Amino acid sequence: MSALLFRMEGVSKHFGGVRALENAHFECEGGRIHAVLGENGAGKSTLIKVMAGVLKPDSGSLELAGTPIVLDRPADAARAGIVSVFQELSLLPDLTVADNIALASPPRRFGLIDSRQQRRIAEEALERVGATDIHPLSPVRDLPLSRRQMVEIAKALARDPRILILDEATSALSSADVAAVFRVLKKLRGRGVAIVYISHRMREIDELADDCTVYRNGRHVATFAAATKNAKEIVEMMIGREVKSVFPPRSTRPLEEKPALQVKHLSWANHLKDVSFTIRPGEVVGLGGLDGQGQRELLLALFGALIGVTGEVEANGKPISLKGPRKSGEQAGIALIPEDRKAEGLMLPMSVRDNVSFAAIDRLGRFGLVDRRAEDRAVDEVVRLLSIKVPNLDAPVGALSGGNQQKVVIGKWLMTQPRIILLNDPTRGIDVGTKQEIYQLLRNLADARAAILLYSTDYAELIGCCDRVLILYDGALVGSLEGGAINERNIVARAHNLAIDTSAPTVPR
Amino acid sequence: MIEPSAQPKATTAPSPPRRPDWTYHFAAQRGAWIALLIFAAMFTLFACEHPAGFSHNVINTAANKGALLALVAMAQTFPVLTSGLDLSVGMVFVLTNCVASTLVSGSPWRVAVGVSAVLGTGLACGALNGAVVVWGRLQPIIATLATGSLFYGAALWLRPSPGGTVDDGLAEALTGSLPGGIPCSIVLLAALVFFVWLPYRHSVLGRAAYAVGSSRQAAFMSGLPVARAQFATYVLSGFFSAVGGLLLTGLTLSGEANAMLGGSYNLSSVAAVVVGGTSLFGGSGGAVGSIFGAFVLRTIGDLLFVLDLDPLWQPLFLGVVLLFSVGLSSLRLLRIKNRLDIYR
Repeated sequence: MSALLFRMEGVSKHFGGVRALENAHFECEGGRIHAVLGENGAGKSTLIKVMAGVLKPDSGSLELAGTPIVLDRPADAARAGIVSVFQELSLLPDLTVADNIALASPPRRFGLIDSRQQRRIAEEALERVGATDIHPLSPVRDLPLSRRQMVEIAKALARDPRILILDEATSALSSADVAAVFRVLKKLRGRGVAIVYISHRMREIDELADDCTVYRNGRHVATFAAATKNAKEIVEMMIGREVKSVFPPRSTRPLEEKPALQVKHLSWANHLKDVSFTIRPGEVVGLGGLDGQGQRELLLALFGALIGVTGEVEANGKPISLKGPRKSGEQAGIALIPEDRKAEGLMLPMSVRDNVSFAAIDRLGRFGLVDRRAEDRAVDEVVRLLSIKVPNLDAPVGALSGGNQQKVVIGKWLMTQPRIILLNDPTRGIDVGTKQEIYQLLRNLADARAAILLYSTDYAELIGCCDRVLILYDGALVGSLEGGAINERNIVARAHNLAIDTSAPTVPR
Repeated sequence: MIEPSAQPKATTAPSPPRRPDWTYHFAAQRGAWIALLIFAAMFTLFACEHPAGFSHNVINTAANKGALLALVAMAQTFPVLTSGLDLSVGMVFVLTNCVASTLVSGSPWRVAVGVSAVLGTGLACGALNGAVVVWGRLQPIIATLATGSLFYGAALWLRPSPGGTVDDGLAEALTGSLPGGIPCSIVLLAALVFFVWLPYRHSVLGRAAYAVGSSRQAAFMSGLPVARAQFATYVLSGFFSAVGGLLLTGLTLSGEANAMLGGSYNLSSVAAVVVGGTSLFGGSGGAVGSIFGAFVLRTIGDLLFVLDLDPLWQPLFLGVVLLFSVGLSSLRLLRIKNRLDIYR
């Protein structure tokens, strides 16, 4: 007999105007593994951050074993026996593995940390998860990602949890590692621990879960016992939303045969595996799949921001070297609209004018001096083209709304007249009106023969905007959808690397 | 209790032979070892070239000069470990010198009270710094620059013109040497390492300081006492600066509100910390390295003297040593795979 261990009722959380969780309900029992499913942005991460005391909900109540609790900070959750392994690792890179594992409550003797005892604890925890190859004295900084993830799991186990939350905790692990972790999880279940498991890998959920809960758009959709629904039904529950037509019509002109961008056998570290594809001038190609399957790395690699990339890239038939954004821009007219506009796209305290002209500043000057008049003309042109709403071009860009900031980032690269435009989730966190303008702009650029590669975490965008959608899974290209085959069902299925629908057979090209 | 799994090894690749423990201990202290080696080489050269050779006197003078900077550098190490900075260490050093020259004299009982007052002044200055940085949320550089000015003002008020005195017995005990020729100042440094630094290093508070410097967010997410750990580093910084001020009083036998001296110790302390292998980004290094770093910097001047070089060369020589040691610590940039990481 298992007992209700944790319960949350009516929990809501908003970030600015964005609703991350709405009246959410969740409960889990001791001795059971509970899988939480949903698309990107469905609210899963917010849900567990509330459970872990990282986020404070706007409203709603939490109960632990029948008594109400308040979790203001991670330490409160830890005290209540709620331990989480997060997607973003919470290890301290400069400290050793043993230091990290025993971090929260190190063994003490005479008030000081007992390093010998600590080491024993670390070795035992590592052995439990079968990671005996990790030296407890090694600094975490020196370990590869998969080993860090094992340390993270060992750290959670060493805290002796009542409720263990794993958020994509196995995303970087090899199948042998995953098997070892699963054995431990099953043993913990046998001891009455409640386990909340979030994973995009449906096969893992099939193997592990006792219960499943599906979230969509921050709302609880359904909770059911595992194996009572098939993969197809689950995918439908995860989608279930209408697609409004906010997208410009696709171009009907026949495409040129000569590719604008040709990528052959691109690989990088463990994140990109032999990726090959082409984009023709005038084509908008979407990049889809679950978060963190190598899409960002692919864009960064093409932009020359990664070191040690192998494979060939040709732009307009000429091979290019991937030596950095400056080189990529000059050689091939490649522009990247980055993911994090505040950190990677804008100099927030500087003026709109300065920000718009940065990427093209070399072209605007003579003898190393910036030609102010030419700059003003070019900037005015871009501001008009994008209808950036700004009271004064000399105002700091930080004062603009998110949508207008994003337009400035895009405008900056339009100044260089790029031939190949890479976009990393360009509409995240901006309002619908601006989104529509950006969609129209992308289509216009494509009509002007630019080649566009658009990574988006929003499936509706991929469906509405793109002529073709490439799906990445675990760093490899697993599907290419075209025309009528671009629908949510196919995208979600391929993103989870499932073959539930073969009505539109596709082959990676 | 879960029994250790007797399963086959979980890794797909065969694991390389296990590195012995000491290599990790060594790697963690590499900066300190490098500083020690540089110092040993420089000091040997110095002693060989010195007309008087390895005499007790030569060693004692060198030790006292080095120990002064070493104490201030140790003080600087604590905030730097949390990726902070304390630009008031030099001024606390000067202020406590003035306090000591006023209070540490007379009957043994009054001397004891005086010493407590000196150390208390350091702790109070550190607590003010910590409060401003941690709860006032000001940037450490500018916050401590401001409080440093404050401390200097207090020193000037206390001692508008140089003077004062200090108990002779205490001065001798701090700056003299033991019968075997071991300088007392070195014994003082060793005592501070064993009774303050090492226990701190192995306390939860010390561990938390490294954690904060390594990744503030991850430290918070792991439920560590982030604010308390940061506060403690500034308090300890004040304490070590005060010990330095006491030693300075023992050497000069008077007090002086000398702004130049404070300023130069501020910057030299940062340099010594870096030469000693502590990263300005926080999270790695330690106070022992800073001691060697301080001795390296102090030996440069002496070396130029015995080699009969113009003292004008000293800044240039200092710069070369600094660049060399900082260069060693940024070798890791060669291993980076994502160019964006270089700019993080």
